[in-house]
Amino acid sequence: MIQIEKLTKTYTTKHGTVTGVDNVSLDIGKGEIFGIVGYSGAGKSSLIRCINLLERPTSGSVIVDGKDLTKLNGGQLRKARLKIGMIFQHFYLISQKTVYDNIAFALRAAGTPPKSISTRVEELLEMVGLSDKRDVYPAQLSGGQKQRVGIARALANNPAVLLCDEATSALDPNTTLSILRLLKDINRKLNITIVLITHEMNVVKEICDRMAVMQEGRVIEEGQVYDIFADPQKDLTKEFISSVVSFNVPEHLLKEFTGTLVKVLFKGGVAGESVISDTLQNYPIKGNFLHGAIEYIQERPLGIFIMELKGTSSAVMDALKYMESRSAIVEVIPSGH
Amino acid sequence: MGIEWGRIIELWPEIQTAFFQTLTMIGISLSVALIIGLPLGILLFITDRGLFLENRPVNSVIGFVVNIVRSIPFIILLVALIPLTKFITGTTIGPIAASVSLSVAAIPFFARIVETSLREIDKGVIEAAIAVGATPWMIIKDVLLPEAKASIIQGVTLTIISLVAYSAMAGVVGGGGIGDLAIRFGYYRYDNTIMIVTVVILIVLVQLIQQAGDYTAKAIDKR
Repeated sequence: MIQIEKLTKTYTTKHGTVTGVDNVSLDIGKGEIFGIVGYSGAGKSSLIRCINLLERPTSGSVIVDGKDLTKLNGGQLRKARLKIGMIFQHFYLISQKTVYDNIAFALRAAGTPPKSISTRVEELLEMVGLSDKRDVYPAQLSGGQKQRVGIARALANNPAVLLCDEATSALDPNTTLSILRLLKDINRKLNITIVLITHEMNVVKEICDRMAVMQEGRVIEEGQVYDIFADPQKDLTKEFISSVVSFNVPEHLLKEFTGTLVKVLFKGGVAGESVISDTLQNYPIKGNFLHGAIEYIQERPLGIFIMELKGTSSAVMDALKYMESRSAIVEVIPSGH
Repeated sequence: MGIEWGRIIELWPEIQTAFFQTLTMIGISLSVALIIGLPLGILLFITDRGLFLENRPVNSVIGFVVNIVRSIPFIILLVALIPLTKFITGTTIGPIAASVSLSVAAIPFFARIVETSLREIDKGVIEAAIAVGATPWMIIKDVLLPEAKASIIQGVTLTIISLVAYSAMAGVVGGGGIGDLAIRFGYYRYDNTIMIVTVVILIVLVQLIQQAGDYTAKAIDKR
C-alpha cells in the first residue's frame, strides 16, 4: 500500500544542513497497522509528513496505492491526499466551525454534492460516537472528543491510508486507550492501512502489527511487533520495550543469588504450557521465581520470567537445554559475582 | 474659558455637517480599505515562506509597496495625491476628495493588520486543511478567514479609529469634518467652546467604535 524508497529529507537552517530522515525504505502492506517509534528528533514526524507530502522529500520516492506522490503536480497531489487521511497530536480543528462543518469541510474538498454531505457527516459522527455533538464548537469538547472529530474528518472521503501523527500523545491513558480501540475498530471494519508515529511503546503494543524503530533519521530495527517485543536487537529498542515490560532485577539482589540466573521467554501458545513445572520435576534442580509476567501483545501471550536455578552445573545445563527444546528462549544473566 | 451654550446652538448646523462629513470620509475610505486591503493582506500572508502559495517575488513586491505608502507622512500623502484625487473625483475639495488620500493610506495599514491576524492562526490548522486535500480558495474561505475573524474585526476597529484621526488632517485640503471644524474654529479663532465640543464628539465617537468592535469580536469568537 505504501512504499517508501530511499527517502531522505534534509533541512537548511541558519547553522547548516540538518538531516531529518536519512535514507529510509519501508514497505507497508494493505490493512496493516504500522507503528514508527522513536524519541523526539528521531525523524519520525518528518517521515510521516513526507508520506502525504506535507513535507517534500529531498530525495527518494513515496508510493501510495501505486502512485508516486513525488511526481504529481499540485492538483493531482490534492486529489491523492483525499485518499490519505491524517490526524494530529493537537487535533487542528477549525475552532470557529462546528463539529459538523469541520467534517463537511473535508467532504467539500472532495467535491461531494451538497445533499450527500449531511448524510455522510451523520454516518461519520455515528462511527466515532459523537452523534450528539453535531452542532457544538471544538472548544466545548474534551481532548478525546476532539480527536474523534479529527478521525471523522480524516475518514470522510474513504481514504485507503490513515496517518496518525502522535495522535494520542496529548491524551490521558484512558482516553488514549479508547482512541486506540476506535482506530483498531476502523482498521478492521474498513481495512484501512494505518501508519502511526509515537514515542509511547504502549500504543504500539496495543494496536500495531508491525513496527519500526527510528534513531537519528534512520530505521534501526523493523519487524513484527510481537517478535521485536520478544527479542529486541538494538539497545534503543530494548529501552523502549523496558518502558512497557520492565524486567530488571535490582543490582544488589543480583549479588545475593548463588544459583544461575536465567531469563526464560515463552512465545505464543507455549506461554500457557507447563514447561517450567515439567523442567523442575524432571531435573534435580530447584527453581526460584524472581520476576515474571505474561504480556499480551495483539492478544498473543508473551511470557517472560526471571528465575534462579540451583543445582549441579550439569543439571542446570541439562534443564536449560530441555527448556530450549520446548521452544522457550533461555538466556543466562551474568551474576554479580 | 468656560462653555458658551449659546455658541453651540448657533454653530449646531455646522457641527452637524462636519459630523456627517467625517462619517462620509471614514465610510468611503474604510470600504475601500476593506475591499482592497483584505485581499492584499491575505496575499501577503499566503505568499510568504512556507505557506501554501509561497511566492517570494510577489510577496517582496507587495511588501515593498505597502511599506513605501506606510512610511509617507499622511499630511504629505494628502498633498502629493492631489492630482490623483482630481483625476478620480474631479475635484480636490470636500470629504469625497479627501477620501481618496484616506483610502490610499488605509489600504496598506489594513493589509498589514490582516496579515498579522492571519499569522496568529495555528499553522497546524492550515496544514490539516492541506492534508485533507482542500484547494487554496477553500483554505482562505473556510480556514483563514473564520479563524482570524475576531482578530480582523479588532483590526477594523483600529483602522476606523486611525481614520478618525487622519480625517482631522483632511481639513488642510478642504476636506471638512469634525477635526477640520476643531482646527478652524477652536484653534485658529481661539473658540474654546467649539474646541471642547468637537473634541468631546471625537472622544465619544472613538469610545463607541472601540466598544462596538470589542463586543462584536467577542460575540463571534467561538473559542
